[in-house]
Amino acid sequence: MADQHLDRSKSSVIEEMDDRKFTINFGPQHPAAHGVLRLVLDLDGEIVDRVDPHIGLLHRGTEKLIEYKTFLQALPYFDRLDYVAPMNQEHAYCLAIERMAGIVVPRRAQFIRVIFSEIGRILSHILNVTTQAMDVGALTPPLWGFEEREKLMVFYERASGSRMHAAYFRPGGVHQDLPPELVEDIHKFCDPFLKVMDDLETLVTENRIFKQRNVDIGVVSVQEALEWGFSGVMVRGSGLAWDLRRAEPYEVYSELDFKIPVGKNGDCWDRYLCRIEEMRESIKIIKQCIDKMPVGPVLPEHSKFVPPRRGEMKSSMEALIHHFKLYTEGFHVPAGEIYACVEAPKGEFGVYLVTDGGNKPYRLKIKAPGYAHLHAMDHLCRGHMLADVSAVLGSLDIVFGEVDR
Amino acid sequence: MSVIPSKDTMVAELKLHLEATQKSLKSKKVSLGELTIVVERDSIVKVLEFLREDSQCRFETLVDLCGADYPTEAERFEVVYHLLSMRLNQRIRVKVRTDEMTAVPSVTGVFPVANWYEREAFDMYGIIFSGHPDLRRILTDYGFEGYPLRKDFPLSGRVQVRYDEEQKRVVNEPVKLVQEYRNFDFLSPWEGMQAVIPGDEKAGGQK
Repeated sequence: MADQHLDRSKSSVIEEMDDRKFTINFGPQHPAAHGVLRLVLDLDGEIVDRVDPHIGLLHRGTEKLIEYKTFLQALPYFDRLDYVAPMNQEHAYCLAIERMAGIVVPRRAQFIRVIFSEIGRILSHILNVTTQAMDVGALTPPLWGFEEREKLMVFYERASGSRMHAAYFRPGGVHQDLPPELVEDIHKFCDPFLKVMDDLETLVTENRIFKQRNVDIGVVSVQEALEWGFSGVMVRGSGLAWDLRRAEPYEVYSELDFKIPVGKNGDCWDRYLCRIEEMRESIKIIKQCIDKMPVGPVLPEHSKFVPPRRGEMKSSMEALIHHFKLYTEGFHVPAGEIYACVEAPKGEFGVYLVTDGGNKPYRLKIKAPGYAHLHAMDHLCRGHMLADVSAVLGSLDIVFGEVDR
Repeated sequence: MSVIPSKDTMVAELKLHLEATQKSLKSKKVSLGELTIVVERDSIVKVLEFLREDSQCRFETLVDLCGADYPTEAERFEVVYHLLSMRLNQRIRVKVRTDEMTAVPSVTGVFPVANWYEREAFDMYGIIFSGHPDLRRILTDYGFEGYPLRKDFPLSGRVQVRYDEEQKRVVNEPVKLVQEYRNFDFLSPWEGMQAVIPGDEKAGGQK
């Protein structure tokens, strides 16, 4: 009788232990999943045992499609990768082609590219810091931040005709010159934006709930950052001053004065602070560029890689033929391979391009920073609480356009 | 004040260093300022470990790993590793060749980040990595068949999906294009023509 009683109590203990372990699905339709991420979470009570991200729900086969397009036709696919900072992606692709074909970008175009790369950085960081605040419970920051994003997207539209999918950077420069009023308006945007940043910081940075949810969460050491292939804010947040704009200067970054903010503890809060500071630095860069920007062409003249001017085509037969050939056959890039990368807002965005001398890329691999970051989810979330998963995910700055490609 | 060496001299020095220390390299070359080395398939783990640990290399970050398909060659696949040293600010590209059947040793033990990259290469090309802890498909749909980035895989794919009202689920069926995929051949005969026109050799002889 006593034994029976003992047995029953034992089995109930075992059942209780099993009750604590369970598996849940996070996403793909979850507001904190930042798009279409499905996480299979193994939980022990509220503690995360294992994270298995299921990605690919937004896979469009970009790399395959690009192999069937001419170099110029492939360009707009890059806008659709990280769709919160489209021009930064185009930039890497253009750099790859320019280095292979030896195209020299005119100085004015280099400045314009830097301006719009930095606008892209601000676009991306605003989205990230404000939605990260939203993931941990704050509702106002996104409302404030998105107002500024809207203004920046209007700049995109005024330069390229499109708010997001710009296709503005072209091999050789940028598609069209900026009107002087636009340059003036970008300059006018800068100082009030710094004020908005201050306001945003009073709202979020020292907020008790925000700090409780982010400080000491998702800590990344320098060693881990290297092992897991991190780049961008993910390594800078851990205290490693690594920035491609400084380490491998492209365009005119070597002439500009800006600082690289680094974190101390490598947690979610430090990464948030890095992003905030980077936006201020971006504004500094934009202002310098506007001051230094010379007048001149934005595409190389008399080049096989860029279309002739409209006016020229009215009178010159060769220009007309050239224009026709450029938009049907496209230009040829010498055979070879190259890896070109830029400091995109989310980290190192690279393009590995293999060409066979034809008018299409033979192989094009897109190295997206978010892919490596998302991979580390499992490593970062183990032992954290379920509620921290969304905080960590928010601070990784994931956009599925580039992760799934 | 020390003089910062230029990128080209750094690459040249690195090449010399590798020549001196690594005997198993199949080839090394510098093009467009980038150093590429090709290594034996079986020694890839050892080479990457060396590149990570050696004091002149310090390639501690695996930036990217991807496959590439060259169907005309004997071993059709190439696995390309891009490494970065944040300490010494230098990059290197390492390549390995393989075919459909032969496995490449997995480098997840050297760089944990290789896990997903190898899964992607497997998913896209069917390259097998031996010793990989979890070689599943990653980007394609659950239950997908074929390797989409191979050159012999059609651009339009082989199946299309549709919601079937009768079965109340999504079904796969063979691709049916309403209009044939138009792949124009724009390559110009004017600049690309290398063929010898009959009779040309006579003109050459008289000069």
